[in-house]
Amino acid sequence: MSDFINEFWNWYVIVIVIGSVLFCALLLWAQSLHRPPPGEVQSTGHVWDETLQEYNNPLPRWWMWLFYITVVFGLVYFALYPGLGNFKGALGWTSVGQYEKEVAKAEAQTKPLFDKYLKMDVATVAADREAIEMGKHLYLTYCIQCHGSDARGARGFPNLTDKDWLWGGEPERIKETIAAGRFGVMPSHAHLGDETIRDLASYVRSLSGLPVDAARVAKGQQAFMESGCIACHGPDAKGNQMLGAPNLTDKVWLHGGTEAKVIETITLGRNNQMPAWQEFLGEGKVHLLTAYVYSLSNTPESK
Amino acid sequence: MSEAQATYNYKVIRQFSVMAVVWGIVGMLMGVVVASQLVWPELNFGPYFTFGRLRPLHTNAVIFAFGGCALFATSYYVVQRTCHARLWGGPLIPFTFWGWQLVIVLAAITLPLGMTQGKEYAELEWPIDILIALVWIAYAIVFFGTIAKRTVSHIYVANWFYGAFILAVALLHIFNSAAVPVSLTKSYSAYAGVQDAMVQWWYGHNAVGFFLTAGFLGMMYYFVPKQAGRPVYSYRLSVVHFWALIFTYMWAGPHHLHYTALPDWTQSVGMVFSLILLAPSWGGMINGIMTLSGAWHKLRDDPILKFLITSLSFYGMSTFEGPMMAIKTVNSLSHYTDWTVGHVHSGALGWVAMVSIGSIYYMLPRLFGKPQMYSVKLITVHFWVATIGVVLYIAALWISGVMQGLMWRAVNADGTLTYSFVESVKASYPFWTIRVIGGLLFLTGMLIMAYNMVRTMAGGVRVEAPILAPAGHHA
Repeated sequence: MSDFINEFWNWYVIVIVIGSVLFCALLLWAQSLHRPPPGEVQSTGHVWDETLQEYNNPLPRWWMWLFYITVVFGLVYFALYPGLGNFKGALGWTSVGQYEKEVAKAEAQTKPLFDKYLKMDVATVAADREAIEMGKHLYLTYCIQCHGSDARGARGFPNLTDKDWLWGGEPERIKETIAAGRFGVMPSHAHLGDETIRDLASYVRSLSGLPVDAARVAKGQQAFMESGCIACHGPDAKGNQMLGAPNLTDKVWLHGGTEAKVIETITLGRNNQMPAWQEFLGEGKVHLLTAYVYSLSNTPESK
Repeated sequence: MSEAQATYNYKVIRQFSVMAVVWGIVGMLMGVVVASQLVWPELNFGPYFTFGRLRPLHTNAVIFAFGGCALFATSYYVVQRTCHARLWGGPLIPFTFWGWQLVIVLAAITLPLGMTQGKEYAELEWPIDILIALVWIAYAIVFFGTIAKRTVSHIYVANWFYGAFILAVALLHIFNSAAVPVSLTKSYSAYAGVQDAMVQWWYGHNAVGFFLTAGFLGMMYYFVPKQAGRPVYSYRLSVVHFWALIFTYMWAGPHHLHYTALPDWTQSVGMVFSLILLAPSWGGMINGIMTLSGAWHKLRDDPILKFLITSLSFYGMSTFEGPMMAIKTVNSLSHYTDWTVGHVHSGALGWVAMVSIGSIYYMLPRLFGKPQMYSVKLITVHFWVATIGVVLYIAALWISGVMQGLMWRAVNADGTLTYSFVESVKASYPFWTIRVIGGLLFLTGMLIMAYNMVRTMAGGVRVEAPILAPAGHHA
């Protein structure tokens, strides 16, 4: 595929690039012909501003050769590597080709190291010290941007070290989350009106034992039952891991538990996304990451 | 009229010189602030005084406010004195001063407010861009108008460089800032995707090449031979390095986009021309430093000359470092690290700021009718404080830059990264602290300069220097 819309621009680039390099060489050559006898210092004879004058010393030889060397290097480089328009260069090098070669080489070396754990189930891998070390490296490269270096998450990004799971904490569910990603969608409920939303917020907050206006709680509970909340969060408000609907009774607040934040969540809804990693990392690495994430809340002590 | 023509216009030079020092302090203070924010993140006061908004304020203030005022001041001084003619352009002359100050003030207001085009060194929004273009065209008319009415036949080499700088910056600014406005404070670039990136770095690197190099070489070609009292080393060398420099700089931009979506051929062209740029750059350094040959002893007790010659040494060093960093293999290590920031500052503090400081010290007594600066000793103090500051700054960032590059590419036996990004941030802290100290020293030097300037101005007269008749014996 050409980078140019027609042949003209290809030649435009070639002519200008070679022309510019040759111009430098020619300029240098023409000006280096001037060599006064050694020891004699010539002046151009011009004077500005009373005292400003110019000698006309020849070009320092070492400098001249430095210049020529860079010019020759440039021409050789253009012969070997892409540079002159569509001409690919004698070596056939491309940055994409180099990247693919390096990745293929690294894959060949490291893929078996990960794939050997594929035969073991997640809980067994999670107990393997060496595997968990490798999983941790993967986690530190790909996951900490959102979940943090301590895996405790941040607002909007789940904490992976607690026992609270939005989409399920069984090995298969964790693996599915990492491999295929997740969309956590809470729809906007602005149509309920400010008062009802405030009632709902009071009720939801009361479920985690937060101080609320008791008068609103009853009204909020009624609204919770009648306004569609139970479709996802369930009548007991304990959520539904098939839908990624959070448990509202466990004191874990993904988007903040203050009254203002809960009102914001109900009014505007939330859109959360966990990206899919299977295609990028391959199954071997996803398997190890699953084991690592599993190990964070299934340590021997916490069992 | 003959009365007015009998003297050089020093008023505008005085205005720009004083403001260069003032904006230098402001810009370098912003630098110290953003450097401190990296060490102490608590110093980010949002949203207006966060790193993301103050960093462009720092770069704009030092490049365009400090550097720009120094270039206006010295170019107006040099072009008049080497053309033996009063500055031409009538009301356009004060317009360049007041227009440029307005640009700076608008930058200082809009950048903290978050109004930005998001292009590095070209952040200012379109109404300010238009003002810049108008001021710059006025500047070109004044400068070339003065050249046109010169009373000597030959155009002095300093004016070639100033002229190239003025023309190239007009071209760069107008093309890169082309945008579609959607409101008074928001616009979108006229280019898309990788073309936009290429135009941006064509601009970005030539901002370095023409604004921060060609213009300051013009400064060097006047003030070094003047202060040394020696002829320029080689006219021939200046011819070669001038044409080679302006010819090759234009191509160097793609080295900012190595290993990106930019086509391979474009990256190669950028790399090769960056390498060819080494000798033309060194040509300027040689011509400046060799001008001193036969008068080396003057370095011992002339702090202005110390500033000028040291600036050339830093120029030589960073123009060696630059081509090396443009080589793809080196760039794969250095890119996105502190090494780049250190490289820029060895050029910006060591070369640009020091040659400006030396030149302003040269001009100030002559502009205010004093035999010399209020305190020559304080210039020496300024020199040493600034030099130590630069060395601390660039040495710290060399170390942290190479360290970051090595940490980012280190891999375990299983192919995973050895270090997470945040570990490289943590490891950089000691060097960032040294950087703050280096920057503080440089800022302290500028404060010493401001004191020296104020004392020199006190009781001074606003000199109206008579226009000299050209020397009779020119060829």
